[in-house]
Amino acid sequence: MRWDVILNLLLLFCIPYILLISTVAAEEWAGADAKAEEAIGEISPQYEPWFSPLFEPPSGEIESFLFSLQAAIGSLLIGYFIGRYRGAKHARNG
Amino acid sequence: MHIMEGFLPPLWAGVWYVFALPVVAYGTYRAKKEIEKNPKNKSLLAVSAGFIFVLSALKIPSVTGSCSHPTGTGIAVVMFGPAITAFLSIIVLLYQALLLAHGGLTTLGANTASMGIIGPFIGWLIYRAVSGRLDIKVSTFIAAAVADWVTYVVTSIQLALAFPAGPGMAGIISSATKFLAIFSITQIPLAVVEGILAALLMGYLIQLREDIVMEATA
Repeated sequence: MRWDVILNLLLLFCIPYILLISTVAAEEWAGADAKAEEAIGEISPQYEPWFSPLFEPPSGEIESFLFSLQAAIGSLLIGYFIGRYRGAKHARNG
Repeated sequence: MHIMEGFLPPLWAGVWYVFALPVVAYGTYRAKKEIEKNPKNKSLLAVSAGFIFVLSALKIPSVTGSCSHPTGTGIAVVMFGPAITAFLSIIVLLYQALLLAHGGLTTLGANTASMGIIGPFIGWLIYRAVSGRLDIKVSTFIAAAVADWVTYVVTSIQLALAFPAGPGMAGIISSATKFLAIFSITQIPLAVVEGILAALLMGYLIQLREDIVMEATA
């Protein structure tokens, strides 16, 4: 990958954090999904979820592991095919 | 953005399944056709799916003090259109519903409708409208950011329809505002990040395989 791409990526991941530090008055970094769940509780306090997940990650660590596994599968697909394209281009150009 | 397991009443869960399944079925058929038409499309399909896998696994903190994740559907919709995007999205949504208890089987239809169909469809419409006039990277940025953001708007509306704050339209709108306040603001910076990532990947793909990318996006 070219340097400008790497620089772009770095910037991309830094900017949100700079924005964050300036607004740290915020509460804990909960998921937006959990907040929506709370809102449902406020609107219809009597609502009970009628189905629960068949399998739940037994701990936060395992959940993070499965999320990173998902990201790894995706990166592997992208990296493999981009590598192949690059190799093929290189071979064509001699 | 995924509506959690059991958090849609059976009626609405069913409605969204009825909406989503035909599109997924058509997308599966279309994906097969694309591969038959040009076997090289298989690798582009894999890259598009990979992008959805990576981006929807990243829970990124946002300015509002909560975390949310991008959808990653931008690349797929620009290359293959909304139907195939629905097919690729349901694979990721199933992974998350079964292994992560993120989203759920009862809400799979609703989540596919927002992340796989309506969000990408709006992104695709806008992509079609601007793609002739703007650079492909800029068009991809717009399509991906819009697809991401609209996904969360749809989720808010889905929740509002199932949980109106009062009777009639007024109740639905009042609920929708509440859910939009949670999702849509958190999502704006993430939609921008997603758009930039999609544009970068698109630029790189074109640099390497202009031939097949141009054929796919045409």
